[in-house]
Amino acid sequence: MAKVTIDGQTIEVPDGTTILQAARMIVDDKNYTGVNIAPPTMCYHSKLKTSGGYCRTCIVKVTKGSEKDPRPMPKPVASCRTTVMDGMEVVNLTSPEVLESRKAVVEFLLINHPLDCPICDQAGECHLQDLGYEHGLAKTRYDFKRRTFNLIDIGPYIKLHMTRCIMCFRCIKVADQITDGRYQGMLFRGDASEISTYISKAIDNDFSGNVIDVCPVGALTDRTFRFKSRVWFTKPMDAHRNCTKCKGKVSIWLKGDEVLRVTGRKDQWGEVQDWICNECRFEKKHVNDWVIEGPTHIDRHSVISANHYENLSSLKLDIGKQQKQLNKK
Amino acid sequence: MQLTNRSKVVVKKEMTLAERLYIPAIFSGMIITFKHLFRKKVTIQYPEQTREVSKIWRGQHVLKRDEIGAERCTACGLCAVACPAEAITMIAAERKPGEEHLYREEKYAATYEINMLRCIFCGDCEEACPKEAIFLTDRKVESLYTRAELVYGKDILVEAIEKDKRVDVTVRETPEVAEFKAHKEFGHNTVFENKKN
Repeated sequence: MAKVTIDGQTIEVPDGTTILQAARMIVDDKNYTGVNIAPPTMCYHSKLKTSGGYCRTCIVKVTKGSEKDPRPMPKPVASCRTTVMDGMEVVNLTSPEVLESRKAVVEFLLINHPLDCPICDQAGECHLQDLGYEHGLAKTRYDFKRRTFNLIDIGPYIKLHMTRCIMCFRCIKVADQITDGRYQGMLFRGDASEISTYISKAIDNDFSGNVIDVCPVGALTDRTFRFKSRVWFTKPMDAHRNCTKCKGKVSIWLKGDEVLRVTGRKDQWGEVQDWICNECRFEKKHVNDWVIEGPTHIDRHSVISANHYENLSSLKLDIGKQQKQLNKK
Repeated sequence: MQLTNRSKVVVKKEMTLAERLYIPAIFSGMIITFKHLFRKKVTIQYPEQTREVSKIWRGQHVLKRDEIGAERCTACGLCAVACPAEAITMIAAERKPGEEHLYREEKYAATYEINMLRCIFCGDCEEACPKEAIFLTDRKVESLYTRAELVYGKDILVEAIEKDKRVDVTVRETPEVAEFKAHKEFGHNTVFENKKN
């Protein structure tokens, strides 16, 4: 066990835990009432092995290396890849230096990212949008032409906007670890690198749709949902069905009786809890295909909660119950 | 139970003789009436006369086109989410190859409706618009006979494609906005095109 202090909050964690995981453990603790001290992440995904270490959004400062060697680490470190040591002291939000460097990281991420949020289907649930809103500047200092790519259809269901990609490698990890036959990867190097199937070849795979859920930006989007609706006009509901391929536990995004989109259920860090299969994701588009459990909770800071679907649906349920009770009398 | 001290006990008082004659009361009323005859009139003879309005008076909306005549609206839904009266609805569609002169970006509003009965003309839609597409103009929304007629669609809202029939909204551009747009680094309204296939 190692004792680690992050922003003044101390926790004991097993050896081998990363700083990021320790910070999340602190926030997850039921007795914890403070602010969210967990660093934001773009490339780290808790369900994907070896993810993280590419985007550097989660950088923190280690002010005390460990009990045995109390020297601070010379530079900010990526908290998703740095494991804790006993007696380690870390600063995240309390350090202006960390916030300043994170701002610089966001500026770098946004250099080639197009400002096409009004068109993008991810807008409203985009991690880069949140990050830019929290740390970014309203203007860009970049004067050169942004890189552009052709739109690629990866199969009948997935659209790849390479222009929006921030090179987080999450989709490649999904292809490696979740699906049987890997069908996409990173081509070329450095500034010229891009994610592609190279010959635009689509390989049918039952779990290939999960790349949409792990994509932190709008680079990989659902073609069946393309331009159907803005996410904040739909009502996310937890639902399930008996599926032979996956657990069948999903969030469905409703507009009336129509299921506009099916996604995996995401936890509070915006990471998918269970992988779902393509049949659930792309083919079950009617409300009768699903058993609805109740509204998916969305953080009230999200624009999606502007829809007030949670209050409305609970109200509806209560009214129905009351009506039944009234009828009995 | 007494809740406040503001309740007044009503008493029906017997009127005095002067009050029962009513003549003083009639005269005091008449004096007020005649005084108003010689005052400046507060009414105007609409429609022959119209009242002066502010330069940035908020009337009927317009959906603008850009320099080449393509619709600026990309159906991003920010006006609808900003609308406190929930008057705006839209359905988006994808632009097909060859429609570049009609729609500015790869997504456009296939239908765009504003319910003028719900609209409170607050101008929040205009403020929310990231594409400088929707503006409120000094035109008045006419009164019509049915409710359905007052749900304005794209046929009424989108301005004419001819240059001389465009709706002028330059008065609504505040010095702050002009100053903001002068900076290249903000670049909020440039079109980010994907490579042409």
